[in-house]
Parts: sequence; structure tokens; C-alpha cells
Amino acid sequence: MNVLIMGCGRVGARLASSLDAQGHKVTVLDVDAYSFRRLLPTFGGTALLGDGTDEEALRKAGIEKADAFVALTQGDNRNILAAQIAKHLFQVPRVLCRIYDPLRRDLYEALGLEAIGPTTIIAETFRKRLAG
Amino acid sequence: MYIVVVGGGNIGYHLARSLLSEGHEVLVIEKDAQRCERISEELGSITLRGDGCEVATLETAGAGRADMLVAVTDHDEDNLVSCQVARHRFEVKRTVARVANPKLVPIFRRLGVDCVVSSTMLIMEHIEHEVPTHPLIHLLTLTDAQMEIVEVRIPPKSAAVGRKVKDLPLPSGTTLSLLIRRQQRPQIPTPETVLQAGDQVVAVTLPELEEALKLVLTETAG
Repeated sequence: MNVLIMGCGRVGARLASSLDAQGHKVTVLDVDAYSFRRLLPTFGGTALLGDGTDEEALRKAGIEKADAFVALTQGDNRNILAAQIAKHLFQVPRVLCRIYDPLRRDLYEALGLEAIGPTTIIAETFRKRLAG
Repeated sequence: MYIVVVGGGNIGYHLARSLLSEGHEVLVIEKDAQRCERISEELGSITLRGDGCEVATLETAGAGRADMLVAVTDHDEDNLVSCQVARHRFEVKRTVARVANPKLVPIFRRLGVDCVVSSTMLIMEHIEHEVPTHPLIHLLTLTDAQMEIVEVRIPPKSAAVGRKVKDLPLPSGTTLSLLIRRQQRPQIPTPETVLQAGDQVVAVTLPELEEALKLVLTETAG
């Protein structure tokens, strides 16, 4: 699978490294080159400096050939914008994005984005642990 | 009308002020406490402190009864999300977004924002208007009709100089509607009007015909 990941934070870097280790073709896009330090030394994919909400940067990163796009920056709204560009403009077959705000996540899920909400997932994990 | 303005910076503040003076009901949503305070001091208690992208904040703002939401924060992506939340969650009939990056204008339209205003493009157009050699200037875009009004200056070496309007190979769907000639009153060009160097022609056209129109009026003969 050809995967384009926007945002090389902890989650982005980890996802990129593990997909790469599984033999997928991975490209990571971030506006800050310093963030690429988080990739494992064994990472064999491509790390590109660029803004994932910019059409040209996305083209350069090979979005037209991507099977999947994942938006993992810190900003919910940046992820929402990039995911919609990937889905509606470039028709990437699979688009996932992270949205911290649970209400916004529900709304965009209803609008057809595959949105993952860490806030709800983590709160639920903690609740289950506490409840034993 | 009840208008919700998201973003209480310079644009948000001046917009709220002018909408109020026209008698509209206005609410400005702004994250920053100091900005809220400044607006409240000058315009009255028309601010709500909060994030205009959040469903909860828009709920408090009574977005459900808003006729229009205008998102003018400094962040393009925030403006998009405010408009989309307003449209899809609160069924606000008309949404307007400001964008800094001109490349996002068609994308925002495609994603359902009714009116997209690029501050960068507006400023550029105003500056270009002051550059005497700039051949084509956008005066107005009629989004709903998908038409635009442009102004073209006829350069001295243009093939159009000395020709009648009816003899010009204008793209169909384009109308020359006003002719501004130095030292004369603006006139409405007829098919018999002969163009001169330095004429300013105001034309109604379609965005896709703009380039063809420019070539007809400005391209050098031969």
C-alpha cells in the first residue's frame, strides 16, 4: 500500500515507521524538518518538507498515487482541511484523520470522513482500567 | 438579520461595527479575552468568548437562528471549519469565509462555503490597479452567476487599436459594457465604436474566457 502521512509527530512518526517496517511505501509530510528525528533510524520511506493543506505540496508528495492519506497534525482543523482536500480533490481511496474534539469528530464522521477521536478513546480506556 | 462573526481581530471588529450600524443583530465569537474586552468596550456586549469552530460555542451563540455566519479569523482552516459546522450542524443558510491563501478559494467553495473572500487577492488586485502597465484587472466577481467584471487597458501596440468593436473576435459570452477614454465622459461602446490606445474597457465575461478576452484586446498586431 502507498501511504501518505501528514504530520510527523509522535503518532505520525510511529505509524510511518511501523507501516514501513511492514513493507508499505510510506511518505511523511511535515512543515518542520526537525520533526523527522522521530522516525526510526531504520525508516526506509520518504520524509518531505511541506504543507499538507497545499495542493502543490501534496502533488509533490505523490498524493495522486496514494492508496491512503492520514492527517495527523496537532490541529483538528488542519487535519479536517487536509483530509477533505485528499478525499474530494484527489479522490484518495482511503482517508483517515485525527480529530481531538469529540463533537467535531462526530460531525465530520457524519459528513463522510473517517475520523478517529483520541479524546474519547483514551478517556474510555482510563475509565475501563479504573472500573477494573 | 442575525449575523455571527467568528474572529474578533481587525476585520471582525470593523465588520461588526459596520453591520451594527446597518441595524443588524451581531455576535462576535473570539477566543482572546483582551480582544473580547476591547470590542465590548467600544461596541457593547456583543461578544462571546470561545472557539467558533466548536459545536458547543456555536450552540451558545444561537447559531441555529443565525441568517449568516462570517468567519474572519487569521487561520484559513479554522474559518473553513466554522462555516462547515454552521452549515451542517446548525443549518445556517449563508456562510462566508476569509482566506489568506488564494489557492484555497476554489477548494473552500467546493467544500460548501457560499462565499470565499481572499484578502491576499483583494490587496493584490488593488495594487495591480495602480500599476499602469497591468493589462487586466478584476473589478468584481459575481459568484452566483459565475460571471466577472474586468477592466482591460488597451496598450498602444495592440491589434485592437483602430478597429471597430464589431470586428473584434471577442469570445462569445463576453460583452464590452463601458469605455473610459481620457478627457471624455465614460461611454457605452456600440458595435461601431473604434478603439484607441489607452482606452480602458470594462467587460462582463466568464472566468474561463478571461484569457481569450485579454488576448483580443491587448495582443500586439502581427
